[in-house]
Amino acid sequence: MSAPGYRIQGREGEWEIAVGLEVHAQVISEAKLFSSAPTAFGAEPNSQVSLVDAAMPGMLPVINRHCVAQAVRTGLALEAEINLTSVFDRKNYFYPDLPPGYQISQYSRPIVGRGRVVLDLEDGAQRTVGITRLHLEMDAGKSIHDRRADATCVDLNRAGVALMEIVSEPDIRSPEEAGLYLRKLRSILRYIGTCDGNMEQGSLRADVNVSVRRPGGALGTRCEVKNLNSVRFVMKAIEVEAARQVELLEDGGAVELETRLFDPDRGVTRSMRSKEEAHDYRYFPDPDLLPLTLDPAWVDAERARLPELPDVRKARFMADHGLSAYDAGVLVAARGIADLFDEVADERDAKRVANFIMGPLFGALNRAGIDNEDCPVPADALAALIDRMADGTVSNQGASTVIQTVVSTGRDVDAIIEEKGLRQVSDAGAIEALVEQVIADNPDKVADYRDGKTKLAGWFVGQVMKASGGKANPRAVNEALRARLDG
Amino acid sequence: MSALTALTIADARAGLAARTFSARELVDAHIAAVEAGRGLNAFVAETFDHARAGADAADARLAAGEGRLLEGIPLAVKDLFCTKGVRSQACSKILEGFAPPYESTVTANLWSAGALMLGKTNMDEFAMGSANVTSADGPVVNPWRRRGEDKPLVPGGSSGGSAAAVAARLCLGATGTDTGGSIRQPAAFCGIVGMKPTYGRCSRWGMIAFASSLDQAGPLTRTVEDAALMLQAMAGHDPRDSTSIDRPVPDYAASLTGSVRDLTIGVPAEYRMEGMPAEIEALWADGVRWFREAGATVVDISLPLTRYALPTYYIVAPAEASSNLARYDGVRYGLRVEGDDPAEMYARTRAAGFGREVRRRILIGTYVLSAGYYDAYYLKAQKVRTLIARDFEAAFESVDAVLTPTAPFAAFAIGEKMDDPIAMYLNDVFTVPASLAGLPAISVPAGLTADGLPLGLHLIARPFDEPTLFRAAGVLESAAAFGHRPPAPGEAEAA
Repeated sequence: MSAPGYRIQGREGEWEIAVGLEVHAQVISEAKLFSSAPTAFGAEPNSQVSLVDAAMPGMLPVINRHCVAQAVRTGLALEAEINLTSVFDRKNYFYPDLPPGYQISQYSRPIVGRGRVVLDLEDGAQRTVGITRLHLEMDAGKSIHDRRADATCVDLNRAGVALMEIVSEPDIRSPEEAGLYLRKLRSILRYIGTCDGNMEQGSLRADVNVSVRRPGGALGTRCEVKNLNSVRFVMKAIEVEAARQVELLEDGGAVELETRLFDPDRGVTRSMRSKEEAHDYRYFPDPDLLPLTLDPAWVDAERARLPELPDVRKARFMADHGLSAYDAGVLVAARGIADLFDEVADERDAKRVANFIMGPLFGALNRAGIDNEDCPVPADALAALIDRMADGTVSNQGASTVIQTVVSTGRDVDAIIEEKGLRQVSDAGAIEALVEQVIADNPDKVADYRDGKTKLAGWFVGQVMKASGGKANPRAVNEALRARLDG
Repeated sequence: MSALTALTIADARAGLAARTFSARELVDAHIAAVEAGRGLNAFVAETFDHARAGADAADARLAAGEGRLLEGIPLAVKDLFCTKGVRSQACSKILEGFAPPYESTVTANLWSAGALMLGKTNMDEFAMGSANVTSADGPVVNPWRRRGEDKPLVPGGSSGGSAAAVAARLCLGATGTDTGGSIRQPAAFCGIVGMKPTYGRCSRWGMIAFASSLDQAGPLTRTVEDAALMLQAMAGHDPRDSTSIDRPVPDYAASLTGSVRDLTIGVPAEYRMEGMPAEIEALWADGVRWFREAGATVVDISLPLTRYALPTYYIVAPAEASSNLARYDGVRYGLRVEGDDPAEMYARTRAAGFGREVRRRILIGTYVLSAGYYDAYYLKAQKVRTLIARDFEAAFESVDAVLTPTAPFAAFAIGEKMDDPIAMYLNDVFTVPASLAGLPAISVPAGLTADGLPLGLHLIARPFDEPTLFRAAGVLESAAAFGHRPPAPGEAEAA
């Protein structure tokens, strides 16, 4: 079913889009897919290259079992079929950053078959995007063109790093859905620890296949826009590519099957190569590697080892803690945050915990430039802070200040409260003294209040708070004022 | 010729163990032989210092009674094996100056068994050839001559340098590699033993790849027992080669019991090739007779798909080669011819670096893998390959080994068959089926042609049944009592 909504208004009526994504996700693994070389990001050029990665004569690939397990875990998390026998093929092409002259990939028999990802739309509805397949392949190195005027340099650190290519069905119907899909996929990969999802470092890259059609019509000819490295670029590229196709079709032209590149500066896509220029990759099974066979019992054990996934967790948060679908969805998106909520909300006011996480904590993380995924706040610190709010030790405002300091310094909650003087004054005697003082200083306002201008209550609270240097517990101030003014 | 160079490996082991002579004396005698035999062009690199130093260490071990399986045995290594710090160029210009920082598993196994390297041997470029005429280092001369002629003959290929060196007594044994017959055919042409083990028995790690699903290392020696001893050291599981098989290496020499009474030998009708010289037919019949006389049962069998083996091989092997050789692009090592862009650099480098035969096979391989041709060629060839393996499986339900000639003719003159690649490819017609099926096979010198050139008989056994293969080959060797040897360099044939 197509989602209501996204339509492109052409001169001659409406168009609908159909989009499929091919996501390249770098597998979290200390070693490469077929060699023992390390994979850390940002190392000195060519410092993480084995003899196999450099395709020295006589060197042979050996499959990294950990990477296979990661692909299987990912397949299971995508509710996909796990193929107990899969085959590695060689994809042959020449490029200086591809040392063997072929990429080892999986062509006709991937390790993972059909699966699905469920998207939560903003209006609360859900959409399912089909996964066509997931296969393992090795990454190429990097050509560096701007380092020397007379030559291209090649860095092979990335050569041989394990990638999962995750291919979706053309089920996506809007740029927003593409963004939701990518975020959801990234969330799942992070939950199970198979990809860090870091798009800036290139751990997650997407190619999008875009076609347009009259609503409900047959799929049109697609174009592939390659190598998009942010959610925003994916959404923008889909938008401009679909618009380009509509314009082309309405002008009587035809969409050509081709590969295009997105230019984010100009906001357009450009042709990279046409179908005629497409490579003949001459795929054939890699004779250096035997077919990969998996033991079904091992696959079942991996399935049992999977953590609670975002969809299940969201349902549990809604059922157990009475959260709204929206709040639960926000909380489960990053596993670290969901874990934090799970630990702190138990035996506390879940709604208060949820609001504090989504408000002050997310604000503090954002201000510190920290991804929610990497939230450094330990559960006991958040629990302590929530408890100090509940017992009136700190105000909501004070707690926001405390959490910012926790995020940036990792220091103890109570120490921060004391140091910053955020402890609220709740002592009845002290507060009553302040109230008496304010009343004594403002006889005219007291008279106005008693004449019926009860809106002045807020003004009185403000005066007392001010007199306390902001440390008085507002609830206690409120109670004391009411007793004194109304009494 | 020194008596020490005429020894077998088995004899040399005994002499060394008894301290009749030292490893240093054995090595020095072979160094002198290599120097005297340079006219054969069998060696492309000499590592005498390495051999001498190793010999002294071997003598120390032998004196302490700690000699290993091949302690102090001087060997030669085909240039296809990567040897640390020593040129490893597959006799191709494209690997000019390449001396790897690593040692192949097979050679490392030999060195840890105490063997010593005299040098690297000549071969067809990237093992593509059957006459050692495609080498960038020039052709190898077979130490044999036709009776009454001095025309230089080919040693066969691709392990031509190894075969010539062993036949001419320049070393006690040599490593070879066999993709479609590259150990067995040159062994037959040079009158020595050449053995290809089961695919997966020897590690391919550090062996420069030609066709990965077919390449296997194996020994070239002067006796079957020596082949058993060498393979003992070479074989074994290697986790760095995913196609290497993890199963124990039996004591191969112990399998040479001299008895074949319990064996059934199959003779496949389909190997009776039209136009095959009568003397090869006759030698084959001799082989049958020898086995019968030794008490074996000999039966006619059928391997109906034999005639498809050669065309299948010449699709599968070039297909894999076209991809395996893509890494020689001038970017990281070996030859580079600069160009204005990468494509031009590749084209120039590869045009200058690869010889004609290698280029031909890359083109064939690229073609058979191309979109639109893949199904008709590569995929079909893989299916036929499976069927050929089934032919053998069926045959091995009733026989223990298959007996055939090794090659359809004897050594020919350098320069012959050069203008017709198909005629050249026919060299491998009897050896290729076992390669496609991954089976162990051996060539044993069994007789001479009328004009005095050696001919081999060929045995094929079940996967990993090297013990039976060696046992049958040993009996064949004894019965044939070949005993001929080529003239030593500069000497007329003594016969």
